[in-house]
Amino acid sequence: MRRFIVNRVLLSVVTLVILSIIIFLGAQILPGNVGRKILGPLADQKSVDALNAKLGTNRSLIVQYWDWISGVFRGHLGNSAIQQRPVSAILGHAIVNSAKLALLAFIIVVPLAVLGGVYAALKEGTVRDRLISLGGLSATAIPDFVWAVVLIVIFPIGLGVFKPVATAPPGSNFFEQIYYLLLPAICLVFVLFGYIARMARAGTLEALDADYTRTAILKGLSQRVMVRRHVLRNALLPTIAVIATQLGYLMGGLVVIEVIFTYNGLGKALFEAAQKSDLPVLESGVLIVGIVYLVATLAADILYSVLNPRLRLRSAS
Amino acid sequence: MTATVEPPVAEATVPEPEERSARREQIRRLLGSPIFVVGALIVLFWIVCAIFGPTIAPKDPYAVDPLHSLQSPSASHWFGTDDIGRDVLSRVIVGARGILIVAPLATVLGTAVGTTLGLITGYFRGLVDNTLSRFIDAFLALPTVIIALLAIVALSTSKAAVILVIAVVFAPVVARTVRAAVLQEREMEYVSAAQLRNEGTLYKLFAEILPNVMGPVLVEFTVRLGYAIFTVATLSFLGFGIQPPAPDWGLQVFEHYGLLSGGYWWPVLFPALAVASLVIGVNMMADAIAKAFER
Repeated sequence: MRRFIVNRVLLSVVTLVILSIIIFLGAQILPGNVGRKILGPLADQKSVDALNAKLGTNRSLIVQYWDWISGVFRGHLGNSAIQQRPVSAILGHAIVNSAKLALLAFIIVVPLAVLGGVYAALKEGTVRDRLISLGGLSATAIPDFVWAVVLIVIFPIGLGVFKPVATAPPGSNFFEQIYYLLLPAICLVFVLFGYIARMARAGTLEALDADYTRTAILKGLSQRVMVRRHVLRNALLPTIAVIATQLGYLMGGLVVIEVIFTYNGLGKALFEAAQKSDLPVLESGVLIVGIVYLVATLAADILYSVLNPRLRLRSAS
Repeated sequence: MTATVEPPVAEATVPEPEERSARREQIRRLLGSPIFVVGALIVLFWIVCAIFGPTIAPKDPYAVDPLHSLQSPSASHWFGTDDIGRDVLSRVIVGARGILIVAPLATVLGTAVGTTLGLITGYFRGLVDNTLSRFIDAFLALPTVIIALLAIVALSTSKAAVILVIAVVFAPVVARTVRAAVLQEREMEYVSAAQLRNEGTLYKLFAEILPNVMGPVLVEFTVRLGYAIFTVATLSFLGFGIQPPAPDWGLQVFEHYGLLSGGYWWPVLFPALAVASLVIGVNMMADAIAKAFER
């Protein structure tokens, strides 16, 4: 057990180092002269040199990489190349906003999708099962910006409820903020429902098929008790993994939804940095997105192995 | 190239009767699946629009008419007109072309590179496999849109950049699937037989193992194609893909979504629904192909 966790943590660290090198090379090498890329072809050489000196992009690559990566772990991300603000202030604000939206979406979609998946599995092969499974998957396949457009056309424009903009006016209270966030959150429910319901359904089917469930039936347990005590617990295990991988998408991958709903989350911050070639914001932001994903999947794997009695017993014996 | 690959032996390339009837059975099952047929019809519709778009379109998709801008759907403009008076229906029809060129090219490139990587990692295992797997993990840690943002800033915007970026993002995913299939195949007797015949490694990988993992490769290709359409539309929406004044769907949504709050929904909704229908069509085909090949 402990060996599994240590191995898993080490692998994540290696992946993180490779990821940081890929991001660094992508952001620093590919554009060639960073100062020139930011200021454009018309700027004179002197100001390009000055910007490169200010950003430190005239130093050797290894020095630059070490400076950047050690700064990330000390919380010093340097300054934005465009805005006169530290990168940490821009990204910190964006992360909090993304987390709010992700949390609201999870609170709505996870219970809904787990219930839907378990229900579909209990009714396997019926019309209701197909409706949930196929409907969920089709909803997932549709791009998120299509959902955003369709929902805005139906609700704020057609019915006059919810807001097409997700950022509440300054000074709004907690409930007003949630009201503004509801439409993008519903959008995410459509995108995520299919993934989570499919895993919950598959997990339930497997549990229903297992020996311990047969024993429970033979013991004479009622279906309700059997589902609650034996099936649900096992069915939820694979669901945890999906939720973890989707966290990486919610924290930074929502570029389009955040742009359409004018919401200042991580995705929109990265998009704006990309538009303006603001490399300091872009590279640190992308690294943070990667860290969130790696930590979430790592936590899910460890939780999975702790919760799964088969893995737990194997290491104890 | 020809120096290392020996000419394939005749009997190895001709499928055995058994194998051929299995393939025919798969195709028969596909054509009998209503999901596949409906999906294929949707995709076919858009392919026809992509090829004959300018002829089918009722109006000139580029014709600007400021006097009739933002008119709601009517008999003369079924889908209404956009902010500079262009016919939305014509732009949706002609818009199929850009995305149906870029997305399949990106998918073909990504699948080819990914299949090669998967063959290599699955066959050699050990150090090569471990190193490549770490790189694949690193890539998979980022959402596609984010990688695309980073790469397109670095490479500047062009169709070629979009194709390249999507291919680079897809290759690791395809590689992972192919690798899993190769791990099973490499233990088969026909591989040992090739080993005994002293065949070159390239021959074993591409002439012996590759034909036997084509099922998973095809499934992965169709699934990826759906994602590629999704990604191209997203990048165009963000202004990093196909450039104006091309009537691209994602671009049309991007150009007009600001007008939504003013109640002008038609220049945004119709191209968005076009993207959705194409993605759903491809996914229905992918779903049916996966079912036909996995049994």
